[in-house]
Amino acid sequence: MRFIEPHAHMVSRTTDDYADMATAGCVALCEPAFWAGFDRGSADGFRDYFRQLTEYEPRRAANYGIKHFTWLCINPKESEDMALAADVLDVIPEFMDCPNVLGIGEIGLNKNSRNEIKVLEQHVDLAASHDQLILVHTPHLEDKHKGTRLILDVLKNDSRINPERVMIDHVEEHTIGMVLDAGHWGGMTLYPESKCSPARAIDMIERFGSDRLWWDAACDWGPSVPLAVPRTACEMRRRGHEESLIEKVIFENPKTFLSQSERFQL
Amino acid sequence: MAMNRQKVLDQYFMDARHKLIDIAAFLDRVERAEGEADFRLDAFRDAVKRLEDHGEDRAHDVLMAFSDPTEEPIAVAPGKGACGAWPGEGE
Repeated sequence: MRFIEPHAHMVSRTTDDYADMATAGCVALCEPAFWAGFDRGSADGFRDYFRQLTEYEPRRAANYGIKHFTWLCINPKESEDMALAADVLDVIPEFMDCPNVLGIGEIGLNKNSRNEIKVLEQHVDLAASHDQLILVHTPHLEDKHKGTRLILDVLKNDSRINPERVMIDHVEEHTIGMVLDAGHWGGMTLYPESKCSPARAIDMIERFGSDRLWWDAACDWGPSVPLAVPRTACEMRRRGHEESLIEKVIFENPKTFLSQSERFQL
Repeated sequence: MAMNRQKVLDQYFMDARHKLIDIAAFLDRVERAEGEADFRLDAFRDAVKRLEDHGEDRAHDVLMAFSDPTEEPIAVAPGKGACGAWPGEGE
C-alpha cells in the first residue's frame, strides 16, 4: 500500500510517528499551518513557525523517505485579533517561494464571527493574487454546517477563485454535498472522537462517489491517529472494495489535487 | 455498495450494539446524577429521535440536530472551543 497523508501537523508528533507512517507506505505528507494550542503573541512567533515548516520538518520527514509539503496562514482560531492577523499576512509572502509551500491554508472559520470572515477574505485575496492553491478548515461540531456555508459564500464572491483549486477539509455527512456541488474538493478527517470515523468515511465514498475526495488524519497534539488513512484503507478492503478504488482515494486523488501546484513532485 | 445487508450486519452489528448500550448507560448516568442539566441534554435527546427517521440520511439528520441553524455571522467569537450542541440564540 502507498498513500499520501494530505493533512498532518507533524510539529506536534514524535519521530516514531514518521517511522510508523513510512512503514505503512506514506510517501508524502502535507502540513498546514495551524493553531499551536495557545495564542502566539506576535508575528515573529509565526515567522519562527513558518521556518520550522519550510526548513526543519522537511529534513525530519526526509530521514524516513517521506516528502514534506506545507501550507501557510494564520489559523482562524487566532483570527479574532485583526491586528495580529494583519501582521502575519504581511509575513506569509516572505515564505511563499519556499520549495515545499503548496499554498494558503488551513484557512477558514472557527466560531463564524465577523472578524474571522474578514481575515478569511484577506487570505483568499492573498491566494488569488499569488495564484496559490487553498486549503480550508471548516469549523468544529455545532458550528460546522453554518461555517461551511459562509466559507462557500466567501469563495464564490471572489471571481478569481477556481473551485477546483480549493480543498474544503473536515467535511461530514451534512456538509459534503454542498462542498462538492460548489465544485470544490472535499476532505474527510479521520478522528477517534470527533469529525469522521473510518466506517463513515467509507460510507460517504459509497454514497457520493470517489471523485474530488480524500481522507486525512489531521494528526496533531489532540486525540488523533497518524495511521488513520491506511487503517481506513484496510477497512475499505474488508468491505470488499477494489484495490484500484482504494488507491484512488488514498493516493491518486490527493496527488491529482496537490499536483495543481508545480512544487508537488513525488 | 460492496456489501449486502447480511455482510453489513456481520461486520458492524457488534460495534453498533456496543455503542448503543454506551448511549443508554450515558443517559442512565445523567439521570442518576444530581443538579440541573443544560441545553446539551435536550439536544442529545432530540438527536436520538432522528434515529427513528426513515431513509438513508440519519447521520445527516443527527448532525443537523446538533448544528447552529442561524445564517448570519456572530459579532465576536466568544472563545475558541465548540461544545457539540447549539446553545440557542443569546446564550
